[in-house]
Amino acid sequence: MLTTAPAAIRPTSSLRAGRLLFVRDVLLAMRRWEHVADPLVFFVMVTTLFPLALSPQLSQLRDVAPGVLWVAALLSSLLAADSLLKSDSQDGTLEQYVLSGQPLTLLLLAKTAAHWILTGLPLVLISPLVAIALGAPTGALTTIMVGLALGTLTLSFLGAIGAALTIGLRRGSLLLSLLVMPLAMPLLIFGSRSAELAIAGESAAGPLYLLASLLVLAITLAPLTAAAAVRIGLD
Amino acid sequence: MWTWFHKLASPPHFYRIAGKLTPWFGWTALLLIVAALYGGLVLAPPDYQQGDAFRIIYVHAPSAWMSLFIYVTMAVAAAIGLIWRMKLAHAVAASAAPVGASFTFAALVTGALWGQPMWGTWWVWDARLTSELILLFLYFGYMALRASIEDLQRADKASAVLAIVGVINVPIIHYSVIWWNTLHQASTVTKMGAPSISTSMLVPLLMMILGFNIYFFAVLLTRVRGEVLRRERNAGWIREGAQA
Repeated sequence: MLTTAPAAIRPTSSLRAGRLLFVRDVLLAMRRWEHVADPLVFFVMVTTLFPLALSPQLSQLRDVAPGVLWVAALLSSLLAADSLLKSDSQDGTLEQYVLSGQPLTLLLLAKTAAHWILTGLPLVLISPLVAIALGAPTGALTTIMVGLALGTLTLSFLGAIGAALTIGLRRGSLLLSLLVMPLAMPLLIFGSRSAELAIAGESAAGPLYLLASLLVLAITLAPLTAAAAVRIGLD
Repeated sequence: MWTWFHKLASPPHFYRIAGKLTPWFGWTALLLIVAALYGGLVLAPPDYQQGDAFRIIYVHAPSAWMSLFIYVTMAVAAAIGLIWRMKLAHAVAASAAPVGASFTFAALVTGALWGQPMWGTWWVWDARLTSELILLFLYFGYMALRASIEDLQRADKASAVLAIVGVINVPIIHYSVIWWNTLHQASTVTKMGAPSISTSMLVPLLMMILGFNIYFFAVLLTRVRGEVLRRERNAGWIREGAQA
């Protein structure tokens, strides 16, 4: 559309750039569904392993359900984090982001948010099914979902740091897990604690608030750190 | 002050100074550790509950202290390296990591040896033990990242970012784990008010901590010298030094 050409000369605002990147990432993923499905299938499969390995009795599974849900969510997030920057760094798009003059922190924030929509949110949405299969009462499902939503979003931000630090490394994906796992352990503690309280029928407000505060910390600091790491990785 | 700072950052200068300082640190550490061992193993009375078994505290507590101290040292050195682009600071961080991991490992092993007679088990999933274990994982992650990046500059900077992220996380991990489970006896030295440990036991312990610290500096200086030699192997001053 030639009539709008002068508008292109005006610099794109940072917020608009972030929004465009967000939409682009979601669109790209929508066209390759299998990539979105991978972490989700992984999550469901890992949770299926536990009844097979431990015992099929719901009364016993109910005791380990919080741990199973959260360990599976953690592993699935780590697995997914590998793809966060991979294709963009392989085809050079990441360098264009750095050169674009837009704040890299904001761009990475948008990318991570899109990444969570594609990998974390489906996991949160399917978690009630998995929780019920593990014997959780229906009254606990909302708390479990809220906890997983807060936790997987924080995990996406931690994963962004890990992905940025391991750009272009050969053994990147395993290394990423090694780097991020110790950092994610507090999440696991608060997350499974919240699910445990919910399954026992008690208020899980305490651990949920702690999860929320970790999320706030991650949103504020992780994109900055990831941006610094991306610049180092592309040097 | 700043000229001193910049002068210290020059590898040949540092190499010379560190070479001179190392024996001083080494001998002081040895004296302190021997004196503290005598004080702790011979002079100090047995504990009224734990008997002679408590004496492992003279290795355990200083190791645990060093594991944290070295992580913070490493992160501060890494931050200095990132902010002022000082190559020597990166060399310090790189040299500190394996030493810190060793102390963490020592703290875990001596803790297990102490736990067996006291708690009746080698390992419990107690808050302090677990956060010490996670600290060991943080060290491993740091060293793994450094080892898998070929380019030295990039390895320095990327691992520096990781060290800083880790040091922000250490208190979070510590408190989350405490909230999760605690069985470990409360710290005896830093307890609010008067320490719950008698002077004859405390003095050797403090001497041991100081001795471990100074020992760490001696080892660190030696390791950084080696690291500097490796990094500057093509520089003129090393060839001149080798010929002289």
